Amino acid sequence: MSLRSRVAAAERTSITRTALSIGFAVGAYGLSFGALAVTQGKLNIAQAVVLSAVLFSGASQFAVISIVGAGGSPGAAIAASAMLGVRNGLYGLRLSSLVHPRGWRRFTYAHLTIDESTALAIANSDDAKPDRDRSAFAFWAGGISVFVLWNLATIIGAFAASRIGDPRQFGLDAAIPAGFAGLVAPRLKTKSDWLLAAVSAVIAVGVSPFVRPGVPVLIVAAVALLVALRRPVASSASNINSAPSSAPAATVDGESRSQ
Amino acid sequence: MTTWVAVIGASVMAHLVKLAGYLVPKHVLERPKVAAAAAAFPIALLCALLGLQTLTRNGHIGLDARVPALAVAVIALRMKAPFIVAVASAAATAATLRALGWMA
Repeated sequence: MSLRSRVAAAERTSITRTALSIGFAVGAYGLSFGALAVTQGKLNIAQAVVLSAVLFSGASQFAVISIVGAGGSPGAAIAASAMLGVRNGLYGLRLSSLVHPRGWRRFTYAHLTIDESTALAIANSDDAKPDRDRSAFAFWAGGISVFVLWNLATIIGAFAASRIGDPRQFGLDAAIPAGFAGLVAPRLKTKSDWLLAAVSAVIAVGVSPFVRPGVPVLIVAAVALLVALRRPVASSASNINSAPSSAPAATVDGESRSQ
Repeated sequence: MTTWVAVIGASVMAHLVKLAGYLVPKHVLERPKVAAAAAAFPIALLCALLGLQTLTRNGHIGLDARVPALAVAVIALRMKAPFIVAVASAAATAATLRALGWMA
């Protein structure tokens, strides 16, 4: 591809190395997604694979298996997953102005638009001296690396877990809330973020005995929307220039927390 | 069958939301309120799910081994442990407490 030839070899190597380390860190958590999808979400392996290949956004995928596993309606799962993905739409907006994809390419760009690929593209951009090719290369390197490793890990995790008899004996039901804690931790920056977090958890649990499974999450979404619309610039997290990472293992500057 | 509806529906919706960033005119999406909602939704929804998955089972609220397991995961995350380590230590905590017969 001509994009390769327009980015210096040394830069390509360093970007690729970062992209791979992010991919492996995210892959490790794809392993738990695959395992939890079949044990807690009661999905079959094919359904777990479709989520990782087509939906391809960690937080939304965890929401789907969590709601489906609890007996929630497909509508609730779809709505919660879509609302968790709104940030991806804004990443697309940012990437549009960064690399200006045209025509059919916008569909492949959209598919790989997730926290990690966006973070890598932004980290390799320079407002003073924009280099569209470098950002595009970083986006593709991050997107492809995470896509491949995330999907491989999902398959491995799903197959391994499908042999487990009683998931509770292995504490896998406790792994799901731990996963949500890991997903939300990097997003809690300000006091109001923490307040929103606490109120959301309390409301969801509080209403759960009185409504059908899946509905508590929608009630919380409505509350969050009201709060967000009342104070539009309340949260530092609303700054999409610092793309938060859905996988806490990957950070915007490409450092990996994995071993 | 309903699971497939959820899986395909969520996948299609997620893709459309991603695509919107590339196809919808900039001024429509580039508003403080959209940014605020995009930032608030993950925090609110992930914490709602966290609470439900820790404290409820089949529509009933209760305490079981998932609570100490989550506490262990939070400590691991505070110590900057990787995601997989936090998740695995939570599972190990719950599994151990159940094997010992200390908690359901």
